[in-house]
Amino acid sequence: MDPLLSLKHLQKFYATQKAVDDISFDIQQGSIFGLLGPNGAGKTTLLRMITGIFYPDAGEIILDGKAFNPIEDISKIGYMPEERGMYKKMKIGEQALYLAQLKGLSKGEATERIKYWFKKLEMESWWNKKVEDLSKGMSQKLQFVITVLHEPKLIILDEPFSGLDPLNANLIKDEIYGLAKKGATIIFSTHRMEQVEEICDHIVLVNLGKKILDGTVKDIKQQYKENIFSVQASNCENIGDNEIFNIVRKEEEKVLVKINPGFSTNQVLSQLIKDNINIVAYNEQLPSLNDIFIQLVEGTHASTRAFQNQ
Amino acid sequence: MNKTWLIIQREYSTRVKNKRFIIVTFLMPLLIVGLIAGSAYLSISGTEHREIAVVDPNGFIQSSLKNTSQISFSFPKDVDTVNYIKKGFTDILILPKFEDKKKADYILRSKKSMGLTLQQTITTKINSAIEDQMLQEAGIQQSVLDSIHSASQFAELKAYEDKGGSSKESNAGLAMGIGYASGLLIYITMFIYGAMVMRGVMEEKTNRIAEVIISSVKPFELMMGKIIGIGAVGLTQFLMWITLIITLTSVAMGLLPADVQHQVAALQQSNGQMAGAGGMAQASEAATKIYQMQHTIQTANWPLIISCFVFYFMGGFLFYSALFAAVGSVVNEDPQDAQSLMFPITMPLIFSYLITNMVTQNPNTPIAFWASMIPFSSPMVMMARVAYGVPSAVSYWELGLSMAILIAGFLFTTWLSGKIYRTGILLYGKKVTWKVMLKWVTTKQF
Repeated sequence: MDPLLSLKHLQKFYATQKAVDDISFDIQQGSIFGLLGPNGAGKTTLLRMITGIFYPDAGEIILDGKAFNPIEDISKIGYMPEERGMYKKMKIGEQALYLAQLKGLSKGEATERIKYWFKKLEMESWWNKKVEDLSKGMSQKLQFVITVLHEPKLIILDEPFSGLDPLNANLIKDEIYGLAKKGATIIFSTHRMEQVEEICDHIVLVNLGKKILDGTVKDIKQQYKENIFSVQASNCENIGDNEIFNIVRKEEEKVLVKINPGFSTNQVLSQLIKDNINIVAYNEQLPSLNDIFIQLVEGTHASTRAFQNQ
Repeated sequence: MNKTWLIIQREYSTRVKNKRFIIVTFLMPLLIVGLIAGSAYLSISGTEHREIAVVDPNGFIQSSLKNTSQISFSFPKDVDTVNYIKKGFTDILILPKFEDKKKADYILRSKKSMGLTLQQTITTKINSAIEDQMLQEAGIQQSVLDSIHSASQFAELKAYEDKGGSSKESNAGLAMGIGYASGLLIYITMFIYGAMVMRGVMEEKTNRIAEVIISSVKPFELMMGKIIGIGAVGLTQFLMWITLIITLTSVAMGLLPADVQHQVAALQQSNGQMAGAGGMAQASEAATKIYQMQHTIQTANWPLIISCFVFYFMGGFLFYSALFAAVGSVVNEDPQDAQSLMFPITMPLIFSYLITNMVTQNPNTPIAFWASMIPFSSPMVMMARVAYGVPSAVSYWELGLSMAILIAGFLFTTWLSGKIYRTGILLYGKKVTWKVMLKWVTTKQF
């Protein structure tokens, strides 16, 4: 299947820095895609190019098989920026209606869909309230509804869960899964790694304007695994280094061991059994995305860049 | 275009439905009428009364110095510069003996210094007393003089402007009033509506809705939608004011007694001349005054003035509000930044207002011409000139050129501000100066 969105050698330079420097990747239709990176890595610039707010200096964006045309394709995209806001004094229903109409929906159609979503997310009583009366989490829910109202093929969510309580976060998460199942493609930008591991099929990590990682969560974890296994045993104080493995860390009733090159997991087990260790559990310890993230980003001065002008 | 229309609608309807708009629209005319009535009342009742003691060795002055509502003259004995205050006078006027037409000074000493108008009144009175005395010395009797004085007040200046073959009555006082009022109105509305545009842009930026909207429409569409929407609010307000004024005037006219209304109508039909002997004298004083007021107002070319006003209001508004929008887009939360960035915009506005004040007196000086061409000042200054009549005070080519330059001007400021706006609206946490903004205009950004 052709990807819904593919970026080809995108570049965007500001006066003082390369915000996006030759980034390419594909996003399959119906997938939940994680765009990761430290602050100031170029994520927002990248998203702004995908949403047509900025024009790339070089490179190509292909959406739905055709070159991206910001004016026509705007209705195919729903964008929920990280810094989001509303007109404080406007009634919520009217506001949703206005923003939906700006996306190209007719008034009748927009009203119908707003009512559907408000009902679904238990927001029916909000119609005549003003945004200034809503809590942060509530207005975030409203934001989400406005983003998906026009049934975009591509939904871009920049930190969608920040400020939401676990209950509402789950509610939104379920909606995201539901939308993906129905065929919508979701780009999910965040630096909360545990959410990414849970939700995303495919991730790209950018740093200093360059792509440094691209693949499915499973593949990436395999790629960065260090042959570390955890051994749980009742007498694990008896485990010691040998030619097959070295101990990385010792905890109560648990030892992390790193298998030396050229040896297999079964050899580790036979060695442990030979040593009379009472094994309770034995499993591979894959690195978390968080570890990979820190490992790749650390030492690149990424944090200093965030404070330079955009 | 369809989306710009949506934005215009939102900007317009949220403002027009606002309670404040409705209150201001209805209270403003009342406030203006109240101010005029109030200042008229104050100028009548609030003036001081002067008791002037006159020391006159000549003797003929006393019969000619008539008291007015503000001044009473008395001719007491034993009054001098030392004791006049004690005796209850506010001023003392000491006349010398006028002999052989030698140059002589008369002296006024006052408890509190006297205003220019009152001084002029006294000078006129003394001089005409001397003139009368000299006429009498030349052999003309007092009774003859009196009858000449009252009978000579029959003539009145009527100025006409030539228009090719025909000529039309003109009224400089009215022209000045219209010019001043429309200049002032444009000046005030530029500030009010310009600031409204700026605040609207700042609101969208600081509450971060700008990025949501800009992912649906182009920044330029958002900016133009806001400017046009607010401009339409301004026009609506003017339209309501005009309707209100016309309604109030006709209500006031309807409240007049029937015979006065009848007389006014008769005067209008006969073009100011009452049929029969005595002419206007037959009509009552009230009816004559109302007729004269109506007649004066009719000397102005209202369709031209109103259409010029609408054009210059819209042109000036588009010209300035684009700049205000640019400032709004670069300001962060701190309103202090807005103050300093607004300065280069408000300066030419204030300066233009000062020029307008000069031009209402003198519509054809070189500065009036240039100020009515430069788009920074032309909305106000050209209105002040147009009130004096086209083509008598302003020729057609001047008006056309001024309008063309204004159109080019607002196209330019809109283009300029569009460039600043699209960068500024998404830029947070950075203090921007005009120099930086100019850099955005000259270099390609997005």
